Amino acid sequence: MSFLRGSFIDALVVLQMMVRDALNQAMDEELERDERVFLLGEEVAQYDGAYKVSRGLWKKYGDQRIIDTPISEVRAGLRPICEFMTFNFSMQAIDQVINSAAKTCYMSAGFQAVPIVFRGPNGSSAGVAAQHSQCFAAWYAHCPGLKVVSPWNSEDAKGLLKAAIRDDNPVVFMENELMYGVPFEMSEEALSKDFVLPIGKAKIERPGNHVTLVSHSRCVGHCLDAAAVLAKEGIECEVINLRSIRPMDTDAIEASVMKTNHLVTVEGGWPQFGVGAEICAKIMEGPAFNYLDAPVTRVTGVDIPMPYAKILEDNSVPQIKDIIFSIKKTLNV
Amino acid sequence: MSARTYADFTPEATFEIKKCDTFKLDEAPATQVVLTRDEGLEYYRIMQTIRRMELKADQLYKQKIIRGFCHLYDGQEACAVGIEASINLSDHLITAYRAHGYTLTRGGTVKEIMAELTGRRGGIAKGKGGSMHMYTKHFYGGNGIVGAQVPLGAGVALACKYQGNNQLCVCLYGDGAANQVCSLETSFNFICENNRYGMGTSVERAAASTDYFRRGEFIPGLRVDGMDLLCVREATRFAADHCRSGKGPILMELQTYRYHGHSMSDPGVSYRTREEIQEVRSKSDPISMLKDRMLSNNMASIEELKEIDVEVRKEIEDAALFATTDPEPPLEELCNHIYYNDAAVEVRGTNPWAKLKSVS
Repeated sequence: MSFLRGSFIDALVVLQMMVRDALNQAMDEELERDERVFLLGEEVAQYDGAYKVSRGLWKKYGDQRIIDTPISEVRAGLRPICEFMTFNFSMQAIDQVINSAAKTCYMSAGFQAVPIVFRGPNGSSAGVAAQHSQCFAAWYAHCPGLKVVSPWNSEDAKGLLKAAIRDDNPVVFMENELMYGVPFEMSEEALSKDFVLPIGKAKIERPGNHVTLVSHSRCVGHCLDAAAVLAKEGIECEVINLRSIRPMDTDAIEASVMKTNHLVTVEGGWPQFGVGAEICAKIMEGPAFNYLDAPVTRVTGVDIPMPYAKILEDNSVPQIKDIIFSIKKTLNV
Repeated sequence: MSARTYADFTPEATFEIKKCDTFKLDEAPATQVVLTRDEGLEYYRIMQTIRRMELKADQLYKQKIIRGFCHLYDGQEACAVGIEASINLSDHLITAYRAHGYTLTRGGTVKEIMAELTGRRGGIAKGKGGSMHMYTKHFYGGNGIVGAQVPLGAGVALACKYQGNNQLCVCLYGDGAANQVCSLETSFNFICENNRYGMGTSVERAAASTDYFRRGEFIPGLRVDGMDLLCVREATRFAADHCRSGKGPILMELQTYRYHGHSMSDPGVSYRTREEIQEVRSKSDPISMLKDRMLSNNMASIEELKEIDVEVRKEIEDAALFATTDPEPPLEELCNHIYYNDAAVEVRGTNPWAKLKSVS
């Protein structure tokens, strides 16, 4: 586990931890806590994981609990953590995720639980082109029976993964490859073995009065960057980190919109039938609608398969300037 | 310039090659094959071109001029070249992501392959596809998802049968994908390029049965020495005849080896030893094997082969120069080619005010 120690101030210890290591710590702690938990996936064992998220776990827990599988094998029973090298590959197993995992509890009238976590990198990376860059948040969040979680920073990664592993339901846990190597501060509380974040609750990363920004995963960072730029112009953005896509913390969004009167959603995925589209629908159906001073704006990926060439790829995903532009248009400034 | 004249060289020679293991077949490919001087020189040139092109790609990737995924083919040249030697350009071929060699043998040029790798407008897919998504006529990529190309290949073969055009489809997959391949009844060749490792997982760990040529169950199979171009060519000839005469598909397992790791982000030495890689290079390199055969049978001179090397190197350098100086695609291209042969369509950009245009 790689982290840099900050300085000791009274009893407060501030550590930096990369998202990859937070995920590793979460799995390590849960493997230790519950014998029924095990990890399977492509190259998770001897190779230490394609993105090194499972580094060291095979050495510690052995063949029984950390299992290398050929690409599309998924087993139910016990409490498996199933790693997809990327969620693009989950499409090969998607029938199992939806028809076997998501629907089973319902079909059996509560008799058969499916306590499984599907995790792996989701969304765009850098230069991996069309078949390896899709965001699957909307696809999975569409299905009743699944929980869908999308962490942003290391604290999210650890707390939500532990929650997902302890949850008795199938959880789709969407990580982001470009975030794995990013370090974040971890509070002492976050470093404890019992640090669990509730699924279904969003977090206000930055309070503000003028506009609500709602986002998930890597785009949360972009929103905070945009907010920092706009603060200099006197525009105060409230940035909400969804953390969960399904169930979604609609109450948090509504409370914020009722305060700011303006809403901009930001996501990496495609616009049609996406996360932002769902938020728009929910806002219209609830009390916050009457507080809106302008229609909701969705900032999304461009509605095309992901191109390879760098200049095209850069222009296919929301950039900070797109977020700033959209906020100003929404505020009519 | 060689002092010897054309008349000094042996125009053709007969070679003894390894016998193929067979499964559900009464006959097997010939073990005595004829290679002409002209064929030998051509195969040498193409294999050397693939080799040099892949090594240049390695270099450009390390310089970060190539991004994303890059799966190199060096070591496996005998497969692509041997297969193409026994099929026609009017036949069809589909493979997975280790596809640069096939893009070349199927009619692509080094220049447009390299420019695709560097994401430029002169790339074979205009910079929009990248390493894993290159196409030519009757070559269907270049597919990123392991095993996904096999049902596609089956579909192409079905189309050939349906149209009665006597064309074949060659459908390649790796040992890593072999656990996903389903058997289908139609007229085409399945070819398993068994390079012993599915990313970091050796075949012994990945599959209960590593006799990939037997795993078609009802489909006859051949196991072929994939490092020997003449073996691959002969086995492909045999399999193509078998298919075209209406006897159905054949599953060929080509035993081959990749010198590089799975991709450029895999050093390739955590699951196999450097000694193993070195041993294959020194004992079984496909280009060396062909070269030794030609030289020891007086089919070419060493100077002549060196000249080919020089020409190949120049071609690669010129292509790399083009690939690094050609401009990136223009932003107007961003949304084009979503649909084929369709009316122009408006495409949503990153925000509701960004209205972009897509033409077919």
